[in-house]
Amino acid sequence: MTRTSAPVDAPAPGAWEELVTAALLGTERRRPPGCPPGPEAPLALLDAAAVETVRRRAGLRPGRAARLPDPLAEDPRPPLPSAAARRLAMLLADRPGAGGGGRRGMAPDLMELLPQWLTTANARGYAPPPELLPALLDAARGRTDLRPAALTFAGPRAVWLARLNPDWRFALRATPGGGTTLPHLEDAGKVRQLWQEGLFAERVALLSALRSREPAAARDLLATTWATERAEDRLMFLDSLRTGLTADDEPFLEQALTDRSRNVRATAAELLSALPGSALAGRMAVRAGACVAVDHTGDTPTLAIEAPHECDPGMESDGVVPKPPAGRGERSWWFGQLVEAAPLGTWPGRLGGRTPQEIVALPVADDWQAELHAAWCRAAVRQRDAAWARALLGAPAAPEAGGPGAVSLAERAKLLGTLDAAERAGWVAGFISAHGLSEAFQLLGVCAVPWAAPLGRAVVDALNIARDAGSYPWSFSGVMGLAERCLDPSEASTLDGLMAVPDEPEDASPGAGGYWAEAFQRLVTTLRLRAAMQEELGAARTLSPPVGSADSAESAKSADSADWGRGRSG
Amino acid sequence: MTQQGVRWSADQVLSLAPDVSSRKAGSKLGAAGPWSGAGSCGEGTVWGLCQGSGGKPYQTVVDIADASGPAYKCSCPSRKFPCKHALGLLLLWAAGDGAVPPGQPPEWAGQWIEGRRKRAQEKQSADGAGAASGSGDPEAARRRAERRAERITAGATELEQRLADLLRGGLAGAEQAGYGLWEETAARMVDAQASGLAARVRDLGSIPSSGPGWPVRLLEECALLHLLDQGWLRREGLPEGLAATVRARIGLAGSADGPPLRDRWLVLAQYDTADARLTTRRIWLYGAESGRTALLLSYGAAGRAPELALPVGLVLDAEVSAYPGAGQSRVALGEQFAPPAPAALRPPGLTPPEAAARYGEALRDDPWLDSVPVTLERVVPTPDGDSWQLADAHGETALPLTPSARSRPGLWRLVSLSGGTPVTVFGECGHRGFTPLTAWPEGAGEAVSLC
Repeated sequence: MTRTSAPVDAPAPGAWEELVTAALLGTERRRPPGCPPGPEAPLALLDAAAVETVRRRAGLRPGRAARLPDPLAEDPRPPLPSAAARRLAMLLADRPGAGGGGRRGMAPDLMELLPQWLTTANARGYAPPPELLPALLDAARGRTDLRPAALTFAGPRAVWLARLNPDWRFALRATPGGGTTLPHLEDAGKVRQLWQEGLFAERVALLSALRSREPAAARDLLATTWATERAEDRLMFLDSLRTGLTADDEPFLEQALTDRSRNVRATAAELLSALPGSALAGRMAVRAGACVAVDHTGDTPTLAIEAPHECDPGMESDGVVPKPPAGRGERSWWFGQLVEAAPLGTWPGRLGGRTPQEIVALPVADDWQAELHAAWCRAAVRQRDAAWARALLGAPAAPEAGGPGAVSLAERAKLLGTLDAAERAGWVAGFISAHGLSEAFQLLGVCAVPWAAPLGRAVVDALNIARDAGSYPWSFSGVMGLAERCLDPSEASTLDGLMAVPDEPEDASPGAGGYWAEAFQRLVTTLRLRAAMQEELGAARTLSPPVGSADSAESAKSADSADWGRGRSG
Repeated sequence: MTQQGVRWSADQVLSLAPDVSSRKAGSKLGAAGPWSGAGSCGEGTVWGLCQGSGGKPYQTVVDIADASGPAYKCSCPSRKFPCKHALGLLLLWAAGDGAVPPGQPPEWAGQWIEGRRKRAQEKQSADGAGAASGSGDPEAARRRAERRAERITAGATELEQRLADLLRGGLAGAEQAGYGLWEETAARMVDAQASGLAARVRDLGSIPSSGPGWPVRLLEECALLHLLDQGWLRREGLPEGLAATVRARIGLAGSADGPPLRDRWLVLAQYDTADARLTTRRIWLYGAESGRTALLLSYGAAGRAPELALPVGLVLDAEVSAYPGAGQSRVALGEQFAPPAPAALRPPGLTPPEAAARYGEALRDDPWLDSVPVTLERVVPTPDGDSWQLADAHGETALPLTPSARSRPGLWRLVSLSGGTPVTVFGECGHRGFTPLTAWPEGAGEAVSLC
């Protein structure tokens, strides 16, 4: 606030300043204005200062307003239902490290449910309650994995706030164009201008946005400046063509195959090999095909491998990296790259019309099996070929080492990603039933949430078996945590029997039964909480309110029920 | 009330929590998992059994119908009040998803409630009787009051001497003297039973280290302390209202014997301040009919939340009685006619110039007033260099935020709520600036607590 101009009967201007000076130095050294000298001077100074203090305070007036912040455009999304807003507040109040630590007890881990909550809220398209955004942005500041969903949910208000609070700068960075909005993609002139004059991040954002809407236009835009871009920029731009890749991109990619930069060439080759009909894929198919043949001389047909003897310039210009990493033989390194880039669809024709299953089942001569199958795995993932992925995964119950693919867990997880959700869940369920939970964590991570019923049952059964085996639940804390987040909430009722403390078998670890009961209670509590979360977010817009429930009848009696009978109408 | 009161919101429940960790622990227990046998009855009682880490579940019961705020009982050993189980139970009840069905209280809960109700009734009748017989020995009471006044007079006189010494030597010396000088003086004021003086003296000690401009602030506070001393020493000559204000400021609270005022009181804000000895809870109320803004004060031992808790946004149909003194907002909560219930009520607001004028006018009755409660209408939180202000929607006048309000997380809730558009803000407006406590969005929407 500012001071008013001096009132009419005020002492001379500056009187207050003189009083302060006198007080600071002491009345022994400086006689205050209008006060008699002598022993009464300090009290006279205080008298005058008291009058001045109250006068100054009573005279306070508002100051001049600074420039008002630009008002935020209205968020067109419908507001979050109140019950869901309360839930969000509760999830956000559960900040990690705010106390406790140690054993998890049986209360749900609320912060872990936040990603799921945000995903659902975003899917429903709700606007956030503004007063909760600071806490949400603080949470996203500490956890980068939350940021994309949190910023989508927070919407334009997050960007607006981030311009005012440097703690939330990440919201500006994460937003395309560093907080400046992208031009309308229909506005060709603006797009071209930003493409030519923008900062690197803005240009990447523009290209990705355009590519996801109009793949061809994005490619054409890139072509206009391709020759003048720096090598590392060309690599990034080329990478954004991964989205919406089609055969139309082939000429451009073919041209990039002759790029000065080896990384650009490799990326172009990788993209081309993901297009089974491309000329590069055809060349690779010929090269790879020349290396693999069915040998009928033995008792059973066997695959014989003849790896390439040299990496010729043609291979190199098609993206084959000539120099192997340390510890790998040159020929197997080249061979792997050829098979990986060859279209999988050409193999049945080359190998006697066999199906992928039959091909994978063929024995491979001279210890080439691991190399060959690993390359096929990479190819199946790159070309998103479910039939080959299925063949390479084999039956879920097969013992690991002897599985037809003989692939690692990480490769299995990637292969599973090419299958549809139901098939993926079914395969993982079969794997868990046969092999238990000890290696299931990575595979569970690629399954769609909530888990399909067979998968959920397999996990619960396996947990039950683990409990009966007498080990401690924290050996399975990773899977338990996943189950809390991913098990279908409707499974909660099937878990009731597991919440009791079981009789301890003789060989069990002491006290394990109690800990298991606690872990299952936490699981059930979390599932119930998730069911409530879903209902709060979903019901209001998709279901009509239940009629005639005791609660709604009661709240209708209250005058303010429209505002306050929340959380029960859904 | 015969029907069950409207359920509270989770925010309102969580505002009962004594501290952050209780809030967190309580939120976790606000799910059906650990609870069994939970229920509620129309008289405003909620109960349940909470499975803890031990074998026997804790028995938790909450009485929300009590006139002086909710009462809790839990068989857990926690010394927090309310404990996490009580909070979790209330959250479960607030969620209203059928986990706390209506019913008859079990024996263990019923006994406690009955005991409480009986004690409350006994207390009420005892109060009635006490009022008649309390002044049993008026002569002795008068002698005690006289002795206390004498001690305060001695303390005030000594304080005047100290202030004179300080001003004679100069405030510059106070910077070196540090806290010691003032702590000793404050202790003497405590001996003199003048807690108001003691608190002011203690505050003086912290000013020299409070950053640029401290000599001005120190002189202001010394001068107001001197004014208070003088007011006490010459209280016989003051008008009755001002004399009562002086007594209240000195630390002689008096009793809330103003005429009871029944109204629908909206809870505007509730916040705690703590020092080494005491937690002080301030609850601002707004009377829908009377238009009065009143302050409830309650205290808890250091580290414990005061018992009275009234969540923001609830309305109480209750009587309050004012404490004596001109320009004083403090009241005591009297009879409550219904449990607190939510309502969509908002106080009318002022412009920034009107708010500043209101503070100036209030100083006429109480020159020691640091701030007055004010609702600002249609203001926009606006950044102003390193600081923030609340500007009117036309961008003409603005009140600055107090330095302490700038560093609180509530500021960002306010800024986010506004998004550059006008909001209604309740807070305390004084010589240091404006401290926002509660805000409402421009359109429909409930109160957002900022403290």
